[in-house]
Amino acid sequence: MQRFRLHQGGLIDRSRPVHFTFDGRSYEGYTGDTLASALLANGVHMIARSFKYHRPRGILGAGSEDPAGLVQVGANANETDPNMRATEVEIFDGLETFSQNCWPSLSFDIGAVNDLVWRWLPAGFYYKTFMGPPANWMFFEPLIRRAAGLGKAPEGKDPDRYESQNRHCDVLVAGGGPSGLMAALTAARSGARVILSEETPLLGGRLNALDPSETSINGKTPREWVAACEAELAKLPNVTVLTRTCAFGYYADNFVALAQIEQDHLAPAARDAARPRQRLWRIRAKEVVLATGATERPLVFHGNDRPGIMLASAAETYLHRYGVKAGNRAVVFTNNNGAWGSAFALAKAGVQIVAIVDARPAPEEALMRQAASLGIPVHPHATIVDTRGQFRVKTAVVRRLDGHRGVSGEATVINCDLIAVSGGWSPNAALFSQSRGKLRFDAGLPGFRPGPSWQAERSAGAANGAMKLADCLAEGAAAGADAATKSGFAGTNPAAYTLQQPDAPSYNGIATWQLPSGRSASSTRAFVDLQNDVQAKDLKLAVQEGYASVEHAKRYTTTGMGTDQGKTVGINAFGILADELGKSMQEVGVTTYRQPFKPITFGALAGQHGGALYAPRRTTPMHDWHESHGAVFEPVGEWLRAQVYTRPGETFASALQREARTARTSVGVLDASTLGKIDIRGKDAREFLNRVYSNAWLKLAPGRCRYGLMLKEDGMVFDDGVTACLAEDHFHMTTTTGGAARVLNWLEEYLQTEWTDLEVYLTSVTEQWAVAAIGGPKAAEVVAAVADKFNPNPGNFPFMSFREATAGGIPARIFRISFTGELSYEINVPASYGLALWERVMAAGDKYKITAYGTEAMHLLRAEKGFIIVGQDTDGTVAPDDLRMPGMAKTSADFIGRRSLTRADTVRKDRKQLVGLLTEDPSVVLMEGAHIIATAVEPVERPAPALGHVTSSYKSPNLNRSIALALVKGGGELIGKTVYVSRKGADPIHATVVETDFMKQVGSHS
Amino acid sequence: MPTYSFLSLLREGFTGHKGWTPAWRFPDPKPAYDAVIIGGGGHGLATAYYLAKLHGMRNIAVIEKGWIGGGNAGRNTTIIRSNYLEDASAAIYEHALKLWEGLGRELNYNIMMSHRGVMNLAHDEGEARVLKRRTEANRLNGIDTEWLDAKQVKEFCPPINISAGSRFPVLGATLQRRGGVNRHDAVVWGYARAADVMGVDIIQNCEVTGIKVEAGVVTGISTSRGDIRTPKVASVAAGHTSIIANMVGVRLPIQSHPLQAWVSEPVKPLIPCVVMSNAVHAYVSQSDKGELVMGAGIDPHNSYTQRGGLDTIEHSLAALIELFPMFSRLRLLRQWGGIVDTCPDASPIITKTKVKGFYINAGWGTGGWKATPGSGHAFADLVARDEPNAIAAPFSVERFSSGALVAEHGAAAVAH
Ligand SMILES: Cc1cc2nc3c(=O)[nH]c(=O)nc-3n(C[C@H](O)[C@H](O)[C@H](O)COP(=O)(O)OP(=O)(O)OC[C@H]3O[C@@H](n4cnc5c(N)ncnc54)[C@H](O)[C@@H]3O)c2cc1C
Repeated sequence: MQRFRLHQGGLIDRSRPVHFTFDGRSYEGYTGDTLASALLANGVHMIARSFKYHRPRGILGAGSEDPAGLVQVGANANETDPNMRATEVEIFDGLETFSQNCWPSLSFDIGAVNDLVWRWLPAGFYYKTFMGPPANWMFFEPLIRRAAGLGKAPEGKDPDRYESQNRHCDVLVAGGGPSGLMAALTAARSGARVILSEETPLLGGRLNALDPSETSINGKTPREWVAACEAELAKLPNVTVLTRTCAFGYYADNFVALAQIEQDHLAPAARDAARPRQRLWRIRAKEVVLATGATERPLVFHGNDRPGIMLASAAETYLHRYGVKAGNRAVVFTNNNGAWGSAFALAKAGVQIVAIVDARPAPEEALMRQAASLGIPVHPHATIVDTRGQFRVKTAVVRRLDGHRGVSGEATVINCDLIAVSGGWSPNAALFSQSRGKLRFDAGLPGFRPGPSWQAERSAGAANGAMKLADCLAEGAAAGADAATKSGFAGTNPAAYTLQQPDAPSYNGIATWQLPSGRSASSTRAFVDLQNDVQAKDLKLAVQEGYASVEHAKRYTTTGMGTDQGKTVGINAFGILADELGKSMQEVGVTTYRQPFKPITFGALAGQHGGALYAPRRTTPMHDWHESHGAVFEPVGEWLRAQVYTRPGETFASALQREARTARTSVGVLDASTLGKIDIRGKDAREFLNRVYSNAWLKLAPGRCRYGLMLKEDGMVFDDGVTACLAEDHFHMTTTTGGAARVLNWLEEYLQTEWTDLEVYLTSVTEQWAVAAIGGPKAAEVVAAVADKFNPNPGNFPFMSFREATAGGIPARIFRISFTGELSYEINVPASYGLALWERVMAAGDKYKITAYGTEAMHLLRAEKGFIIVGQDTDGTVAPDDLRMPGMAKTSADFIGRRSLTRADTVRKDRKQLVGLLTEDPSVVLMEGAHIIATAVEPVERPAPALGHVTSSYKSPNLNRSIALALVKGGGELIGKTVYVSRKGADPIHATVVETDFMKQVGSHS
Repeated sequence: MPTYSFLSLLREGFTGHKGWTPAWRFPDPKPAYDAVIIGGGGHGLATAYYLAKLHGMRNIAVIEKGWIGGGNAGRNTTIIRSNYLEDASAAIYEHALKLWEGLGRELNYNIMMSHRGVMNLAHDEGEARVLKRRTEANRLNGIDTEWLDAKQVKEFCPPINISAGSRFPVLGATLQRRGGVNRHDAVVWGYARAADVMGVDIIQNCEVTGIKVEAGVVTGISTSRGDIRTPKVASVAAGHTSIIANMVGVRLPIQSHPLQAWVSEPVKPLIPCVVMSNAVHAYVSQSDKGELVMGAGIDPHNSYTQRGGLDTIEHSLAALIELFPMFSRLRLLRQWGGIVDTCPDASPIITKTKVKGFYINAGWGTGGWKATPGSGHAFADLVARDEPNAIAAPFSVERFSSGALVAEHGAAAVAH
């Protein structure tokens, strides 16, 4: 039984009834209804509680402007959506909705005690208390937090998918009302690529809320005209029309973001699993038309926040768009002519208009006559001073206005179940403001409207302050023509139209930011922000206390900071502030509009970049082999690398020890494909290398390789690697795995901004080459077997050189370089042959019991030799000399970071230097990151001075003891001395400072 | 001025709150002051407060081009912690944290200091190593950092996804329990109110347009509201510091970038603490109102416009949804940006300059809120005595020529 549904009219599909629930009760509506219209059709007005005082809240608006009609949608723990606006939720069969922010129930809500003590909870009360002992803020906070918040977040992973996509267009039209349609038609006919985005499910905007029998465009009813526009646009290949799509963010360079609802409105069974729930459109538009319409303002009077008090335009929308009467007995309260039209429309539909209350001294004669003819009592120059009704408005109390701030005369008590209010209209200028345009106050409106453009956009129609349909159509067409012309479609003419409409007096609103109640200011409860419960007196208190700038007042009172973005709040609040401060509206100004225009799902913003597509992992061509051979993987930068290969019966630790031992006693192979590789070409390549590496590069002959250090401008080590000279003007650079992208960017930055005279070309070839690093006493034998007709013996193929060869016919580059100190070769083959190479190596190594080893063994092996890992043994504060590697800073030529190496602090003797540490007890493995102190007993006072820290630490199978690298103050001078490694809860560990090449010094003992 | 307390609130409730007086005056600039502070953000107002309170300098003014707290102070996500790596950093941030602990009462303004704990996640071995090193450094510096393994992380913050299969698995985290968040506006307003009572002129809507120097010595400033004579000018202009320094020809190694933050719609309590992740450039906490407060790394371009792009947010959100899958269906309520003043070593500059009487406090970049009281305290000392104290000394601008940097960049890319 939809008691308030009219027998005809509305843009709903009466042939498709829909059943849904609210707080467990089942209701019926029709396809095309929103939750709000369907509940109203069933006579339900109260649907929510406000944020602070938990006051009953109903439905004020009919779209995204509605401030407080918020509900929780969906009962599935992982799929539930909090804070959904009932005016925007489209209903479908089986939809479950719930009230939120109330306990135990909507009608009996314990939180409503706040409303009993409202006198003690004014704006910012929490800044004045809850700070002293014993019950300080940490005591109160949990209570406050529990009371705050609105709906409940889902519990787990979102079952839905999202997508995002990019589009370029000539003309983007935001808003599909009369202005937007005219703009889109005009621009589309010129051939321009047009995107039209409309926030709601239907094109037409305010036309959908008009009496279809009274207005005709091009000889058609408004709805027919909209359908004709839609059909024309649909036929044009250069046009994309997106409904349920909100243009929510205007960014730099005409970048506009749209959020499209693709499936929320469909019943679960009707949803297409192949399509996303919502979609983010990133649009780069040459020209933008903002046809985002206007929002009606409520009036601010004592008792203005009860369910059943609704914007007049919303009541009209429910009538004509949804075929719903928002009440049976309505009071219309206005300060302009527009709402008189709403009153007459409601009357025509059978709503009894029990009063029109107009704050203006002398409403239009013609309107008075029309009201009289309909038998509607009119109260000119009057105001509502109070309302009653616990969960729905029951009465309005009306008195005459006396001057600007007073009331006089008898109070008239009027029984009603609906109060339709209109405080005038505010252009929706949020997107304009986001584009960096400045709003200006138009006293004629009165309201703020767009000033001069900052980006390539123009506003049209109600968004621009036009209040008549004829003006909206004309402005839209002109804006479309202008946008098309400016985007390269010269000579576009505005689309023509004809319009028939009954004569209506122009809108003629006045500025009434707050209406008097005849009560004392402190006992007047006139709400400005219905969601956050900000009252007019809160704004006045803000001014009284010095929070006088709009931004301060907004923050102090939380005005307009709710999930409605303050769409119905702003101008009233600014007006109250202006009155209070005795300033003009222009002087007071508006607060900054921030993106988004309305709340946008995080999932849609993340788009498809979730799960496996979030920062996709990189794997090498040999990955499958690793996987099938017991590899434990670790993420390194974007890569997944084999950390260790566990064989049956092995633990991580025992596998590591085996790998590291075999690599020194026989032969091991490491997948080194992840190392960054940069192909460097050009006649100045050599000079370039000499500038970016701290050591000397000019004399490196073709066929030879060299290890290099790169420094930042501050002289600190930034990356390292081996680079081979392939030809006079051609080099192959390697970088650390994690540093590959960083280094390439860095080199490009220097080439493009500092050394534009150098002819050098850089290409990332990391992914082009697969690399097997074969090392150990039997490495030469393996390489001889792997490569074709190739003699890898050291006598023939010296250390730090490079040869081209083939391996089983595969073209290969072989480098004789070593990161373990063993005889070692790195074979590079085109990536697609990586696995073939690897298998060939394993086969050739079989008779030597070759082992594949992972990053963990690699770290250990290099540490045994004292080789550094940039980023582990260095941290951006380590200069080449600190590494105690001689010859890494040339004196022959300039290089990046050189000047910094002679700075006072860089030449300091007691800088932290890299040394080895051997614990007194060889079985003790130090913790990486542990700090080194100078005393055997840790001082109790804090701060306790530290000498440095352990950078790398392992249990070495080849040395049969623990080893560690550390950065220690003046470490070079401490060789042979004992230092102490601090640890939590126990005495420091004694360790001897040694040189970093453990193989050399300890090796002989084992 | 009425004292704020439960009792005064109770009393005012009966009388319609008529007794509350302005939190600060709106004075016109005087012709001369003993010192002028440029910038009415957190650091500027704290500097004024400590100058007046501890150094008896009450004939001073804070000059703010817009409204106080309209810069980064009113835009930041208020993460507070002191567990920095370097000794010099630990000293100043810990100094600040100790001051935060009693600040609400000291200012008689509830700054809602919530010591709910700050977690920094490690997603790979490298990060774990860095964070463990920091934990050890903190221990020796007397700072309460703990290392949590993945299970403990989950216990401390139940909604977090620690599944090993996730793209950035949680291997562990550091936790500083004394860390937390507070209410930025309240700090700004509390300092302003307390400074105003001591006689400090807080002059809003007044832009400093020039600094007058004679023979290498500061003599005054020019502003949009006229000239002011003063022997001491202290610049605390955050993202706009380079512009101020340029007025007297002081060059600084500061780059200004937009830094963005955003909030979700309010929901019932979900995240009990602050969670930060460097690897994915994202962090989150939940405000007392229920909004999830989130942030990212800087927008890469240089800019003075207080806005950034959508892409930064898209990437951070993708990361946050991996960490907190239930965020996916929540909604973005508001997005904004501030201009942060980043230094090459990710540490601030608190310094005298070659111009006598001109002092700079800047370079706090993405993470200066937490330092506000400590920074103001140390800077006031420098301005009053013309000599840095032990806490301020390492942050002199000289370090960029000597090379004695206070390197925090290795420790944190999202350095809040
Ligand atoms: C989005 C974001 C998130 C952040 N999150 C954190 C965080 O979680 N934790 C943390 O510790 N830090 C954070 N920060 C950093 C922190 O906000 C800043 O380091 C700190 O607030 C800077 O000090 P301030 O408060 O004095 O700056 P501001 O508030 O920016 O103060 C500078 C003032 O100088 C004024 N000014 C500039 N030029 C002039 C002039 N010519 N004349 C007069 N006045 C002028 C400005 O208007 C401004 O009010 C964040 C910053 C941003 C932008």
